Amino acid sequence: MITKIARLTGCLLIVISASSCVHLKEYQKNRINDSEMALSNRKVEKNELNFQSYREAASGANAGKTGGGCGCN
Amino acid sequence: MRKVYLSVLGFALVCRLNVHAQTIQDTLSRTKAPSLYTPVEQPSGSAYNPQALHVDEVNLVSSYYLQNGNHSAVTGGIGTEHVTDISNGIDLKLLWGDPKVLTNSITLGLGIDHHTSASSAYVNLSGASKQGGSRVYPSIDWTKENIKKGSSFGLGAYYSGEYNYKSLGADLHFSQKTTDRMGEFGAKIQAYFDHVTLIYPSEFIPTSTTTEDVIVTNASTSGGHGDRPKIPTSPRNTFTASLSYSQIINSRMQIMFLVDGVTQNGYLSLPFHRVYFNTGKDTIERLPSTRFKLPVGFRLNYFVGDNIIVRTYYRYYLDSWGIRSNTAYAEVPVKITPFLSVSPFYRYYNQSAAKYFAPYGVHDQTDEYYTSNYEYARFTSNFFGVGLRVAPPKGVFGWQNLHDLELRYGHYSQNTNLVSDVVSLSLSFK
Repeated sequence: MITKIARLTGCLLIVISASSCVHLKEYQKNRINDSEMALSNRKVEKNELNFQSYREAASGANAGKTGGGCGCN
Repeated sequence: MRKVYLSVLGFALVCRLNVHAQTIQDTLSRTKAPSLYTPVEQPSGSAYNPQALHVDEVNLVSSYYLQNGNHSAVTGGIGTEHVTDISNGIDLKLLWGDPKVLTNSITLGLGIDHHTSASSAYVNLSGASKQGGSRVYPSIDWTKENIKKGSSFGLGAYYSGEYNYKSLGADLHFSQKTTDRMGEFGAKIQAYFDHVTLIYPSEFIPTSTTTEDVIVTNASTSGGHGDRPKIPTSPRNTFTASLSYSQIINSRMQIMFLVDGVTQNGYLSLPFHRVYFNTGKDTIERLPSTRFKLPVGFRLNYFVGDNIIVRTYYRYYLDSWGIRSNTAYAEVPVKITPFLSVSPFYRYYNQSAAKYFAPYGVHDQTDEYYTSNYEYARFTSNFFGVGLRVAPPKGVFGWQNLHDLELRYGHYSQNTNLVSDVVSLSLSFK
């Protein structure tokens, strides 16, 4: 399975490399800097992510918490 | 027509007056060019200093969560999973330093949840245990950011306390932008040191803890008979190493890779989770004392046209208990105006069962490990809803300090019959 992940990651890297990253000046980043474009969870999602990590076995790789708290109920 | 000529002439004159201020001739002659702009003299004792310690942002997040299901782990994989939870959290970000060179920030957080859980009542076989409980979780984070170098470094600490579970955590994080400022590498290590209170179902209370004080076994709160009963605890440790890399692809697209390595050891079961064997006899959940998790994630955000954004996320997860899972998420914020957006979203999730899971009455007494907690079952889930975000430049409802309001509703369902609804509100003050 790890091989599968490595292949998938490799393919993504190739696709992204092929699309050739363009160097942008700061003034050209107005869309990239839009708050909706942030590569992070929204603040309002905080408790959603908590309950998902308690009801599902998988967690992590989303810049959220990966431990702490019980969620026993 | 005369007005137009006069306007153009006046505008040209104003422009020429200002342009003259930048010519070489004026600079060399050191004569002050005539200009309409007169700089405002700052009083020497001005109170405002952007480098001084100040409150940068205050965030409030509140949620209401309602859940129903019929596979509670407390009753061995059958029975009600009705839960309600009200969460309230506040984050206070303090900032100081030169915003063009080096800044320091301290973020103080405090969260308080209160829940009711119908299954908690059945920790006591008669259903007499209390159903409510609270959790308090303060946190602190210090981050030093070097704006010129594009790097940051920080430390954090957390605590989470509820009646049957205590958690103490710390982290160390670092980030570095690439020289062209188009990419950023991030690294974080976290450690959680938890203690699980060994509250057993009433029929399994060890005689060593059955003092007169321990008359109620409850997963959420003490029985309310004076002092808290002295129930032993068992440690659970979690160590996480997280790596991320983000890259701007072009003026409309950016991506991010995330990977976590998580190792856990200690008491990873919960003492009040029952398991019923195929003989009809019951016992408490038993799981291995170690677990390794490896989630790998990928984000891609794309700005389509002028007012539509596509936010996507995918995660593949595997762990040493035999669980494999896929998570796919898509959200499409549509900017109705530059300051108002509506964001429908959808999340799909599936997982295979853990090696140690079996439903009610299926486990054999010869099994080494056993659980009937449906968190470890094979299932798929769907989560969809919509968010609303308002961030006008003059403040929400005209209140300048309230610069951002987000409201979000989601409906979640598993094919194990578990369904839930969550509504959240976030307010940001500057």
